[in-house]
Amino acid sequence: MSVAETKSEKLEGWNRPPVVVPDGEGELLEVAMGPHHPSTHGVFRMDVALDGERVIHLKPVFGYLHRNHEKIAENVAYLASMPYTDRLDYFCSLSNNWAYALAVEKLAGQEVPERAEYIRVILAELTRIQNHASSIGFLIQEMGASGTPLMYAFREREKILDLFESLTGSRMMCNYMRFGGCRVDVSAVWLDATRKVVAALPAFVDEFEALLSSNEILMARCQGVGILKPELAVNAGISGPMLRASGVDYDIRKVDHYGIYDRFKFRVPLGDHGDIYDRYMVRVLEMRESITILEQALKDIPGGPIMDPKAKIRGFRPKPGEAYGRIEAPKGELGFYLISDGGPNPYRYRVRPPSLINLTVLEDMCLGHNVADVVLIFGSVDIVLGEVDR
Amino acid sequence: MKSVEEIKAAIEAAVPGARVELQLNPGPAAQHSLRLSPEHAVEVAKFLRDDPELAFDFLSNVTGVDWPDKEIAEKVKVTREVKKIVDGPDGKVEQTMQETAEEVRKHLEPGCLEAVYHLYSVAKKHGPLVLRMRTKNRSDQVELPSLTPTWRSAEFQEREVFDLYGIVFKGHPDLRRILMWDGFKDYPMRKDYVEPDDFEYEPTAHDEVLKRAQEHRSSEQGSGGRDQGQVAG
Repeated sequence: MSVAETKSEKLEGWNRPPVVVPDGEGELLEVAMGPHHPSTHGVFRMDVALDGERVIHLKPVFGYLHRNHEKIAENVAYLASMPYTDRLDYFCSLSNNWAYALAVEKLAGQEVPERAEYIRVILAELTRIQNHASSIGFLIQEMGASGTPLMYAFREREKILDLFESLTGSRMMCNYMRFGGCRVDVSAVWLDATRKVVAALPAFVDEFEALLSSNEILMARCQGVGILKPELAVNAGISGPMLRASGVDYDIRKVDHYGIYDRFKFRVPLGDHGDIYDRYMVRVLEMRESITILEQALKDIPGGPIMDPKAKIRGFRPKPGEAYGRIEAPKGELGFYLISDGGPNPYRYRVRPPSLINLTVLEDMCLGHNVADVVLIFGSVDIVLGEVDR
Repeated sequence: MKSVEEIKAAIEAAVPGARVELQLNPGPAAQHSLRLSPEHAVEVAKFLRDDPELAFDFLSNVTGVDWPDKEIAEKVKVTREVKKIVDGPDGKVEQTMQETAEEVRKHLEPGCLEAVYHLYSVAKKHGPLVLRMRTKNRSDQVELPSLTPTWRSAEFQEREVFDLYGIVFKGHPDLRRILMWDGFKDYPMRKDYVEPDDFEYEPTAHDEVLKRAQEHRSSEQGSGGRDQGQVAG
């Protein structure tokens, strides 16, 4: 189906923005942005219909990286999918691990020792900081500032990845969490190194903000572009920083209190306008809040075991039943839905990918904007194709 | 949040004629679910979203589950009358006796495709509520009403369920394959899906590979597939 043919009238009764009508001058131009395009962060296509520079239609096309992760997971044991969850959103492997472990713990009714919960919080918040930093770096890169701003973000990310590597043995594919705890214990040396890194982080965020937040070009390109209304954001299932940038106060860490998040004091930053600038600002503020969580967690971390002593590693067969577990991953709500029939493999294994569902409103945000803004709006959604296509 | 039973009662009071079944979850998670009749599902969805007390405005997760046809073997005790020759006072006598025996009876429980929806409330900060709908069978009556007009977040997820399970969502504005390509025929997430033979042309095919090559050649003839005439030779 050609892009221009997809009728917007079909979508009547939807929560849709007004349809942009071409002004009659010139012809519509159909452009396939992608699958190989520097702005798409991977293999992803947007079929765009343009009237001059203005976007009239936009249809995202997925599946270039589809490998049917869910089918593969249904054919292996529960634990065997843990390394594969690293490959979903390969920027945040530790939060993927946590979401999967949480869902299986709900399914099997397992407890997690306190020390393991603290380690999970520390790792998840470090993941959030490095994800937000690099996603802002990529956003600036897409604005045309090639290279340098991204390297500021990657410099910090590198320090955090070094911590991951020394703890888990891998920079990105960490495969660290287990059902009922964590794989290896953290050492006092590692905790000291982490404290040092965390102590240096506020200075990095300050520097980042001094360079960017009041930058004239960034403000001109981002303010008032790609606005997402809160009602549509909730209705379309948007989650994470994107939802909060539209002014909706919904953070799963605060709502579900999963893990031990009710013990920490932190605020949930919200946006006013729901434009790209707000999404940028929410991410910066979330980094600051993550730093306060990290400081509290590193201060209070108790001793003790890191695995539930009753946890079964071999012959793990949860009782028949089902569970949906979700966490606030850096990109949004990451959920795992599992059905057990009592066997060693999950009967049904489903990933709720925040990246894919956050793209639902991509067309709504882009309509009427210039084609150069599409790249920016897409970048502000913050997706990873490994999770979109699975 | 209201309990699942209370929500069930509220739905039945608000939408006349709607059949809602409570499906208990035996596992420790205890996330019980409500099975809706497809005829009234759209009205029920609107009620759940717009009711000020329930306010399930956030549809988080949509997915499919495949329940294939199941052959169930039951052991049944059957009493039969058996004629036996017994020694009597006047020699051999034929006598009817009752005998109980165990018999295995098999019957086919028809399978179905199931769509599962996880609802949360952003306004009231509660959840999850699990909704399920079942198709009549797995082959020709696989239609369910789409909830995309009520919750936009189902747009891509219902497309994915259609793509991987083959559930046809009536009322979806743009129901196309999303992850597989348009020309793809089967539904890969179904339990009885057979993967295509992972065969590659090999110039010196022999033994097993040669057999497979020949099978491919015969099945692909006339289908406009690759020319594999030289494989067998």
